[in-house]
Amino acid sequence: MSAFDAGSVSRREMRQTWRPDLEEISHLKHTPLHALHLSLGARMVPFAGYDMPVQYLEGVLKEHLHTRAAAGLFDVSHMGQIIVRPKSGRIEDAALALEKLVPVDVLGLAEGRQRYGLFTNNEGGILDDLMITNRGDHLFLIVNAACKDADFDHLKKGLGDTCDVTMLDDRALVALQGPRAEAVLCELWADVAAMRFMDVAEADLHDVACIISRSGYTGEDGFEISIPVDSAVDVTQRLLEHPDVMPIGLGARDSLRLEAGLCLYGNDIDTGTTPVEAALEWAIQKSRRAGGDRAGGFPGAERILAEFANGAKRRRVGLKPEGRAPVRGGAKVFADAEGNMTVGTVTSGGFGPSVDGPIAMGYVDAAHAGNGTKLFAEVRGKYLPLAVAALPFVKQTYKR
Amino acid sequence: MLKFTEEHEWLKIEGDVATVGITEHAAGQLGDLVFVELPEAGASFAKGDSAATVESVKAASDVYCPLDGEIIEVNQAIVDDPSLVNSDPQGAAWFFKLKLADPSAANALLDEAAYKELVA
Repeated sequence: MSAFDAGSVSRREMRQTWRPDLEEISHLKHTPLHALHLSLGARMVPFAGYDMPVQYLEGVLKEHLHTRAAAGLFDVSHMGQIIVRPKSGRIEDAALALEKLVPVDVLGLAEGRQRYGLFTNNEGGILDDLMITNRGDHLFLIVNAACKDADFDHLKKGLGDTCDVTMLDDRALVALQGPRAEAVLCELWADVAAMRFMDVAEADLHDVACIISRSGYTGEDGFEISIPVDSAVDVTQRLLEHPDVMPIGLGARDSLRLEAGLCLYGNDIDTGTTPVEAALEWAIQKSRRAGGDRAGGFPGAERILAEFANGAKRRRVGLKPEGRAPVRGGAKVFADAEGNMTVGTVTSGGFGPSVDGPIAMGYVDAAHAGNGTKLFAEVRGKYLPLAVAALPFVKQTYKR
Repeated sequence: MLKFTEEHEWLKIEGDVATVGITEHAAGQLGDLVFVELPEAGASFAKGDSAATVESVKAASDVYCPLDGEIIEVNQAIVDDPSLVNSDPQGAAWFFKLKLADPSAANALLDEAAYKELVA
């Protein structure tokens, strides 16, 4: 996913942002909810080739706080929805085939369950991050918008001989996140209350066949709902009619996921970062690690398993600025207040509305990655103190 | 005399001192501000220099010095409470007072009607 523009924008550049190039806009793709966004007064920006809402009338700050207090509704239809169906009819064959591309225990994923995963390359870098679901007779993948075409090609090439790989272009995807999400969705489908974090179920929402997962990208309890395109506006409008639900744009999506300590592909992870550097060891189950039943056997296994054993030279950590000034992605991190000893870089940073202060994450040399280590970030020629902090910045409220 | 820039600053000019802030339009476009950094009193800037920084949840933006001059006073109230810039951008949430090097240079800036047309 290309980076959400969270960097420094001069007001001169902003003037151009306010009146974007019409040529550029005409090339942008629309999600099935595009007209709905416009009718809700969204401010639209180009994102991963799509014309997407960055915020609605309430603005990023209020949208963020509303999601943590009640429920927020996000259009994530730009993301790729891919089906991997084993030609043999045996789901194990699809799972084992996918395991050649991801360092994840796919075979052990039970039917109706979802798991986070990573496509790695031969150097141990990360091609994309994704969600993998076992749907009984096939695997259902959700991948990042900016990577979805490359991911599709990668899948076709990697497991096209044993599986049929299909990109779904007839489904929208919305996320409903926050402490009131369950109660809101219960009004359309009562059985949702029985779902646990990372469960996936089929449900009819007003006679529309949807696929619902209890997961998201905010650190809150919540759901992602895959909806047939023809009914996408109808189902979304019904959810928005609920007084607890507010539409949420990409701006608050970014601040919510940053508070939750979640990576944004293209910012915090990319082909130049490995899973161990990125502190994503938890996404690589024991069966794929050294000594496991199916250890290795994924791209870059040699480097990644060596880093498991010996540690990586640098590590993704949370960074908490001491003052009020936000430290943005791209800021250099130093061990000293004079900026002589570079020890890392901020990859995502901004203001956390629920934290009520600046927050960031980035990569620092392993020797400086311990919680509480005092470091300095360069912002407009000054060296601002910050401390290595445990992620997430807010308590996750997943219903496990 | 009230003047405006194409970069969305306003100037209230009394004698050779301009009180400078950002316009309602700019404040609305920036969204809820969470951080403001102001220059030091006594600092001199040329027209177009970045004199202050405002930050919303999602981005940092520069506030430019609209004319050559020296900062003689800054408004600590917007540092203590950045949301004041959203609630009263063209009143209580002024940014700084600038002693103009050449007060006549202000004549070249936009008047209110021209600015309103710019953002219409």
